[in-house]
Amino acid sequence: MSSKPKNYMNPYLAGVMLGLVLLATIYITGRGLGASGAMKSVEVGIVNAIAPNHTANTKFYQEYLQEHPNGIFNNWLVFEVIGVIIGAFLSGLVSNRLTFKLEHPEKVKSATRIVGAFVGGMFFGLGAQFARGCTSGAALSGMAVLSTGGIITMFCIFGGAYLFAYFFRKLWI
Amino acid sequence: MGPLIPSEGLNLVIGLFLGMAFGFTLEQAGFSTSKKLVGMFYGYDFTVLRVFFTGGLVAMIGVVAFAHFGLLDMSLVYINPTYLWSAILGGLIMGLGFVIGGFCPGTGICAAAIGKIDGIIFVIGTIFGVVVFGEGYPLFEGIYWDKYLGNVQMNETLHISQGLFVFLFMAFGAVAFLLTQRIEEKVNGKPNPILQPKSRYIGFSIVILLLGLSAFIIPNPEDYKPAQVKNEIEQGYYQVEYITPDELALRLVNNDETIKIYDFRSLDEFQKLSLPNSVNLKIEDLFRKGGNKLISGDPQIKKIIIAKDNKSAIEAEEIIKQKGFKNLYVLQGGMQAFANDIIDFKMPVNMAGISPNLIATYTFRDNASKTIEQLIKDSKKSNVIVKDKKRVLGGC
Repeated sequence: MSSKPKNYMNPYLAGVMLGLVLLATIYITGRGLGASGAMKSVEVGIVNAIAPNHTANTKFYQEYLQEHPNGIFNNWLVFEVIGVIIGAFLSGLVSNRLTFKLEHPEKVKSATRIVGAFVGGMFFGLGAQFARGCTSGAALSGMAVLSTGGIITMFCIFGGAYLFAYFFRKLWI
Repeated sequence: MGPLIPSEGLNLVIGLFLGMAFGFTLEQAGFSTSKKLVGMFYGYDFTVLRVFFTGGLVAMIGVVAFAHFGLLDMSLVYINPTYLWSAILGGLIMGLGFVIGGFCPGTGICAAAIGKIDGIIFVIGTIFGVVVFGEGYPLFEGIYWDKYLGNVQMNETLHISQGLFVFLFMAFGAVAFLLTQRIEEKVNGKPNPILQPKSRYIGFSIVILLLGLSAFIIPNPEDYKPAQVKNEIEQGYYQVEYITPDELALRLVNNDETIKIYDFRSLDEFQKLSLPNSVNLKIEDLFRKGGNKLISGDPQIKKIIIAKDNKSAIEAEEIIKQKGFKNLYVLQGGMQAFANDIIDFKMPVNMAGISPNLIATYTFRDNASKTIEQLIKDSKKSNVIVKDKKRVLGGC
């Protein structure tokens, strides 16, 4: 049985829902939402498993392990992101959007999209380290608590994307 | 008062559920497809801007309103610290990643969760991005820690009121929403059917606007209470009961357990000299989370307020009284008077011509001075200093 994917939610309604989820998060836990932090945990976890000598001798990992004495994965963001995966999966399930495919514009080759997704992810992961958070942890959550750094990062993410959009238009249109 | 800050384990479970709501909302909004995400940068689909900015504004208005009405103690909430150069550099690099990869980490995870292979690859890419940062850290460290401005908020940076900043941000959002809708219609050559105004959306917007306006009209107690009380005191609208240094000394000497001492002097002065079993606090503490618990709620207990002088003690006393506490006394003349009259008391050398009553007082003071000196020494460790609570640690 295959049925058509349902329409996406009205963006403003989704925005209000997103805002309320974030507000609830701040009210209950005193902190905002995030995403890239959990990826950092995964990264440290993997590197630590493959090359424990390396993590023990590299400053970045030393600092991270010192800041997380309860274990790399025993961390609020890791649990929150596991929640994100479950929540998004459930949403895809109820709206008939579960697939297993590589999505790309018709005129763009699969290989190009794969390289683009990887390289783009790499830049995003790198930038999120500098900014101490990504679109969720720095820009969105930072905006909610009026953080100067968060709001600057938000404008730089979107401003930067507009700045570079022209050079990568062939990837999308 | 929030933030509630549940215990460690419970917090993780709550994080899981909040994450589920977050992921569900992002996916429902259409953030699991890169076509929709980059649409914003090529003008054909501004869904990201609409969802993101609406979400940010709703949360921002909520946070400011909650804090304003005493429901959220902002001194405990994580405010992303500002390291100016790395905030800018990181943002620009992420912008580059956005147009190349078509996702951001949160949306990439959502896409991966519903089986988008490009989403999975993007997430793997971000993990490699962290590797690059980790390996290059000695190189990046300088800029990463440079130009630290603290846990500063945008309205402080711009030196405007918080209300005005939020209002300007709302106005910015409204203009961006209308403008981008026009651009989108032009690029696509047709109107977007789901964005036509409906009365319930307009109604909802008005409710939000009124909520925002209420913050302008109803001031924040922490901002206006101390000033209002000061003003009332200047006008003479206050009634305060005093306790004399002699009476307090008598109660201290007798180990009276029906009194409690609240000392509003600076921490420095408190550490130099403080009376037995006293609590050192600041006026701000009364407005913070748990502020009402700092002072004994038992109406039988005499609560003695000490400050450096009468005036500041009366200010503290009036604020505490307006919070509903009873049985309050101000130490007459403040700590200065108590030190002069009791602690540093020296018997006059020439007692000739002094009335017998006064001699009795002097004798009492002389004895009390020694007893209390000992009591102060003994109690040095048991005195309470209300510590500033630490902010929640957050961020990515």
